[in-house]
Amino acid sequence: MSNMGDAFKISVRSRVWPAAVAAALAASGAAACGKSNPDREARATATAPLAVAADRPLVVGFIYVGAKGDYGYNQAHAQGAAALTKLPGLKVLEEENVPETVAVQQTMESMASLDGARLIFPTSFGYFDPHILKIADKFKNVTLLHCGGLYQDGKHPANVGSYFGYIDEAQYVAGVVAGLTSKSKKLGFIAAKPIPQVLRNINAFTLGARSVAPEATTSVVFTGDWALPVKEAEAANSLIDQGIDVLTMHVDSPKVIVETAERRGIYSSGYHASQAALAPKGYLTGAEWNWAKVYTDYVEWIRAGKSYPHLLRGGLKDGFVRLSPYGPAVAPETAGKADAAKAKLIDGSLVIYKGPLKDNAGAIVIADGTARAQTDLELEKMNYLVEGVVGKLP
Amino acid sequence: MTATASLSASSASRGRAGALAEAIALPLAAIAVSLVLFGIFVALAGAAPLAMYHQMLRGAFGTWFSIQSSLSRAAPLMLTALCTAIPARLGLILIGGEGALVLGGLAAAVAATALGPAPPLAVAIGMAAAALVAGALWIGACAALRALRGVNETISSLLLNYIAIGVFSHLVEGPLRDPASLNKPSTAPIGEANALGQLPGMTVHWGLVFGIVACVVAWILVERTTYGFAARMVGGNARAAQLAGLPVRRLIVAAGALGGACAGLAGMAEVAAVHGAANSSLHAGYGYSGILVAFLARHHPLAIMPVAVLVGGISASGGLIQRSIGLPDAAVNVLQGILFVVILASETLRGRFAGRWRAWSGVREPARAPAPAEETA
Repeated sequence: MSNMGDAFKISVRSRVWPAAVAAALAASGAAACGKSNPDREARATATAPLAVAADRPLVVGFIYVGAKGDYGYNQAHAQGAAALTKLPGLKVLEEENVPETVAVQQTMESMASLDGARLIFPTSFGYFDPHILKIADKFKNVTLLHCGGLYQDGKHPANVGSYFGYIDEAQYVAGVVAGLTSKSKKLGFIAAKPIPQVLRNINAFTLGARSVAPEATTSVVFTGDWALPVKEAEAANSLIDQGIDVLTMHVDSPKVIVETAERRGIYSSGYHASQAALAPKGYLTGAEWNWAKVYTDYVEWIRAGKSYPHLLRGGLKDGFVRLSPYGPAVAPETAGKADAAKAKLIDGSLVIYKGPLKDNAGAIVIADGTARAQTDLELEKMNYLVEGVVGKLP
Repeated sequence: MTATASLSASSASRGRAGALAEAIALPLAAIAVSLVLFGIFVALAGAAPLAMYHQMLRGAFGTWFSIQSSLSRAAPLMLTALCTAIPARLGLILIGGEGALVLGGLAAAVAATALGPAPPLAVAIGMAAAALVAGALWIGACAALRALRGVNETISSLLLNYIAIGVFSHLVEGPLRDPASLNKPSTAPIGEANALGQLPGMTVHWGLVFGIVACVVAWILVERTTYGFAARMVGGNARAAQLAGLPVRRLIVAAGALGGACAGLAGMAEVAAVHGAANSSLHAGYGYSGILVAFLARHHPLAIMPVAVLVGGISASGGLIQRSIGLPDAAVNVLQGILFVVILASETLRGRFAGRWRAWSGVREPARAPAPAEETA
């Protein structure tokens, strides 16, 4: 960021700075059809360097479906937004608890028209269709970048993009830690819905655990929705009663599950953000998002007027996902093995989904000799639980 | 009370004017008191109350955009409020709007798929009919349990919300799931042609018209028909109504079905005008906010309209005060809570001002013992 002024090729007088941002977007191809007269004027009259214009910052909006401090999905995004507030020349707006209804359309519209936001990150998966698509058509000069990875070239508007991460890589490593630390070798996974993104995490966690402890099993409970704290606590207690000694999850806020595990004296492995503070004894590690990296990159591309990827994906290697620092219960040799798995995932020598891979009913789901890399679109349609998972898809 | 107090025609009309003035002044005063209380709360939270109210006004009604935003949030609230308000005239407290809404939405989505390539108007009518029937059956069942088995309708309707959402999720994620909806299980899309568009020149969808029409029809039904008269009689004293020969059970079931049909229609509008398919975004709490609206409007169908716009406006302004003042989202819920409590508390004052008004305007009343509270005061 130190050479921001140099990176920003379009320099303007301070009065036309917002227009210059729009022009930068237009240059990046994001707002190709939304150029208005002031934009052209801004380009034509550009003279002074950008740094002078810091009093009219680029306004960036963030929209969360739940509470910013949920120790989970929304907090992970809010941490990414917080990283942006440290950059100069940016104004970050945040709005939490926005449901996936007309409310989110109005929030986007309000950010764009009342607050002058030119870049919006609506972070919930359900915001995309139809809400983001509608607003994108209406506000061609606003770039809308959505978490979830649904963008299809040619089908979706040019001022829309989507990003997501291969967090199952981090779950694989967390599985290695869980498999080695567990005494009963019975692991538990509390999941919201049996959708491909969730199944990838369950399967990766199980494959990671079984790579170091072949007898390990993962018992899975589906709660049915993203934020059901009471059901999550019940599921946690019933799994612990069955002798499970490591719990992990894919729900919006892992808070209740991690707290329950700690209270019952078993280990937990977190998700979305770090829940280490909630379980100082039993927290092993966790699969975390690192949205700060993604958001900083996007803002820099857009401010520099460069074209940005409309479909952005990344895993451990790209720094999109990471692991929580190992907790006190993780033995040094366990940490060593987990780090080795992580290194192999980063250098590409370890592929999580490779044949022969059986589902938990014994059917071959990936044939011998086939390796499905993270980018393989087949994985996005995952509809099975691998061998070692105790549970059934509803 | 007014009916017995007003003896001559002229005093009756003055009494009505007094009651009407009170009916308007009391809620307004309650709103003002709530705003002052909320202002104190905001000041304690470290923000400037006046700046916040300025932002709230801007976010709710300050611009054409904000007004439309408030109106489109009010649209489903009018319909779900009727789900509580209509049965309330018979003395029932039904809070099952959320369940009726999701099932109405689901029925509408299924109807759209079943009707397939029929002309859009036919599909729209089919969707609306399916939603009305689904909602009517669901809440009608609650009312029937009440009428026939004496099951407490408040508890049964609340619990049926969870069952409705459970059934909904099972069907949307199971048998009715569109295989193309990978990470957000949904029913098959209703199709662009069948989408219920926006009102001409506005960004508000047709659900608002449904809401207004439903409120007006409900008002005519409750206040201007024999059914409504009978229903209000049941609400006043069910046993007396039964003695008078009214079909109390049938009236109760019919009121539940009518209320449920309104909430079901709200679900249809959400599917047809907003989401384009039925999925979990449908249970966003409109059913529960509708209960608040119904109580604030004292279950009066015409009062539901402005109250729904007010509550819609408060929630529309929530975003702006989060972003510009930095208050958490829960602040708006606190305001709604304060409003609810103060308006309900203000009900205890009802009738006292009307009495003063009559005294002041010179209407002679028959000698009447003062109320105990007035004696002690």
